[in-house]
Amino acid sequence: MKKNESYEEFIKGIWRDNPVFVQVLGMCPMLAVTNSAINAIAMGMATFFVLVGSSFLVSSFRSWIPKQVRISCFIIIIATFVTVADYTLLALVPKVHKELGAFIPLIVANCMILGRQEAFSSRYPVRLAVMDAIGMAGGFLLALFSLGAIREILGDGALFGFDLFGENFEPWVIMILPPGGFLTLGVILLFFNWFRFKKDEFLAEVAAAERGGN
Amino acid sequence: MKNKDPDLLLFHAPLLRQGMTTPKAMRDVLYALLPATGASVWFFGLSAVLVLGACIAGAVLAEWFFDNGQPRGASLGDASGVLTGLLLGLTLPPGLPMWMALLGGFVGISLGKVIWGGLGHNLFNPALLGRAFLLATFPIAMTTWVPHGGGGELTGVYASNLALPFMQTGVDGVTAATPLGMLKFDQEVTPLTHLMFGKISGSLGETSGVLLLLGGIYLWLRRDLDWRIPVSILLTVMLFSSVLSLIDAARFPSPLFSVFSGGLLLGAIYMATDPVTSPVTPRGAWIFGIGVGVLVMLIRVFGGLPEGVMYAILLMNAATPLIDRYTQPRVFGRGADSS
Amino acid sequence: MNLGAQMNTDGPGSLRLVMTLAIAGLISGIAIIGIYESTLPTITANKARELREAVFKVLPGVSEMQQLVYRDGQLIPTEERRKDEQAVYGGYDREGDFVGYAIPAAGPGFQDTIGLLYGYTPQRKQVLGMEVLESRETPGLGDKIYKDADFVGSFSQLSIDPNIIAVKKGTKSRPNEIDAITGATISSKAVVRIINEAHVEWSVRLPLPGAEPPLREAENASAGDSP
Repeated sequence: MKKNESYEEFIKGIWRDNPVFVQVLGMCPMLAVTNSAINAIAMGMATFFVLVGSSFLVSSFRSWIPKQVRISCFIIIIATFVTVADYTLLALVPKVHKELGAFIPLIVANCMILGRQEAFSSRYPVRLAVMDAIGMAGGFLLALFSLGAIREILGDGALFGFDLFGENFEPWVIMILPPGGFLTLGVILLFFNWFRFKKDEFLAEVAAAERGGN
Repeated sequence: MKNKDPDLLLFHAPLLRQGMTTPKAMRDVLYALLPATGASVWFFGLSAVLVLGACIAGAVLAEWFFDNGQPRGASLGDASGVLTGLLLGLTLPPGLPMWMALLGGFVGISLGKVIWGGLGHNLFNPALLGRAFLLATFPIAMTTWVPHGGGGELTGVYASNLALPFMQTGVDGVTAATPLGMLKFDQEVTPLTHLMFGKISGSLGETSGVLLLLGGIYLWLRRDLDWRIPVSILLTVMLFSSVLSLIDAARFPSPLFSVFSGGLLLGAIYMATDPVTSPVTPRGAWIFGIGVGVLVMLIRVFGGLPEGVMYAILLMNAATPLIDRYTQPRVFGRGADSS
Repeated sequence: MNLGAQMNTDGPGSLRLVMTLAIAGLISGIAIIGIYESTLPTITANKARELREAVFKVLPGVSEMQQLVYRDGQLIPTEERRKDEQAVYGGYDREGDFVGYAIPAAGPGFQDTIGLLYGYTPQRKQVLGMEVLESRETPGLGDKIYKDADFVGSFSQLSIDPNIIAVKKGTKSRPNEIDAITGATISSKAVVRIINEAHVEWSVRLPLPGAEPPLREAENASAGDSP
């Protein structure tokens, strides 16, 4: 039972309540830095680190943080992790850091992270909070990666910098530009909603058939 | 409509029917474009047929693909997809790979029309939206102009038309600059007669100004088009460029050059007048046309691009709901202030 | 549900609130100082290496470099640079003889500011090399200003007397002319304009040929740009 509980918290962020495709949160980094798979992964990893770290701390100290100053405390915790991520990326992968630019410090403003602290970590025990954070951050990473991969494949004919289609590929320039982010996200959301619509329709049909059978 | 009881005819409003229907209007525009289409085939040969055909195929494919079987918004039957494809094709360079033209037609209909809710609900002209997508996506192919063929080489095909899907044109063919490009980057002026009768390189539909005007007159006679829009666009452009050429005749083009070069006639007559995406009130039509004219000249003269008709019309499309709102005629009997 | 439980009591006093925030801020500050101190050497070394690589690229044959700060009307070889001071980089060959200046310049491109570094030799009044450091030009078109090897290569031994002129591709005829990139005329002309403007600005500041500041002994190779 307990095991199922943490699994449930984990999987809901990956799929059912995916922060990007379902909750449509964190759009700013989503659209801005997903012009290549590697940028998307770097951004996703940084967000992952910040979210899991802050969820762990917030949940651990949840009984000591007075309600009146909880948002300030959350922000201090998040901002610290963001600064750590910022300097680490700058030291380890300066090229990627240059591409991501101002969007690393802006992780602080990612409403998904503060939202998880307020809605989940400050109310649940550490184990569940961390599972929830891993699920949400994993879902975010997955969404960033799928956008980044689509945009890099179409916009550059490559994935992680490896040429996929040979010399003569005609790049879809729009895909690496900001409008490409909107277009790709729009099309993915379209498919997500269409899929959910079809699934609901199917479930309703099954339910109707069962009722009819009885 | 099938009547179950032939003695009892039940209709909902409107009870008075005009002869004008959407399919009819669409067909009229198609007829009006026939001379210019013919000219594009005359000047660019089989290439024109391939590019136009691919655009139309893409547009119709999107119509068919997204057809949900409901009467509202479905427009497979009224030739509007074919018209969008043809208009898009006429704005494309003759040497464009067919797969790009097909993609442009598909995107034009799906992003320009279907997602808005179908014909009549779209904010932007679908053909121009398809072109804007292509220009942003394939900037090199969309600005590579083949030299004009001189006419009559009906079987000629440019190698770049036949590029495989997702692949580049491969062959580095001979390229030429459009009259506007030559003016902007090399300060060369093309003779007016060439502009009027098509001895220039450029997109498929912008080579012959006279034939485009002929089609426009046909549409005006058939009452398919709000004459205020093209007239106000062309007058604004002529006025703007007269002023500029008075200031410095060497740097700025003459009024007639401005009117006959680039896609201005094609855009002003066939795209800006799209009844869905242009204002319905007469006053609004004037404002819309003047706005397009000013934007075209601003982009051409002061912008980084040689041609700006497409962006000018798209921007004014976006302003159309606002224009319509502020130019509603006053309701009879109401005070001027109670709008 | 601890938050809920607290809500029903009178609530903590202000001292407790202040203390909580103070402690959180203190811990956060310590963590930030820690990460800053531990990554600073790597970050500075990365920046210095990047700069050295760029300078060596635009000044072929150079093996040593030093920063020359423009201060009180002359170039001073120093590592310290105030925010309002401008600097160039002097390049020297193996024997310590002066080769040329690497001059940073920036200006508006088609989309956004283009930042670049170019090598310049006052003896021959030539541009020796050009490297784009920052640019957001259109991928596929404007980005050819650093991806097109022919264009970048044409900035070597290019006369800048009195300035560089970008001409249509294939019509280059004089030593101070350069072929613009087809389809990216605006971006390539922007690069030329940026270099010309920087040249006008710097040519009055640079000392006469032969009077360049010599390479300082005990040059610290790893030190570079000021942060």
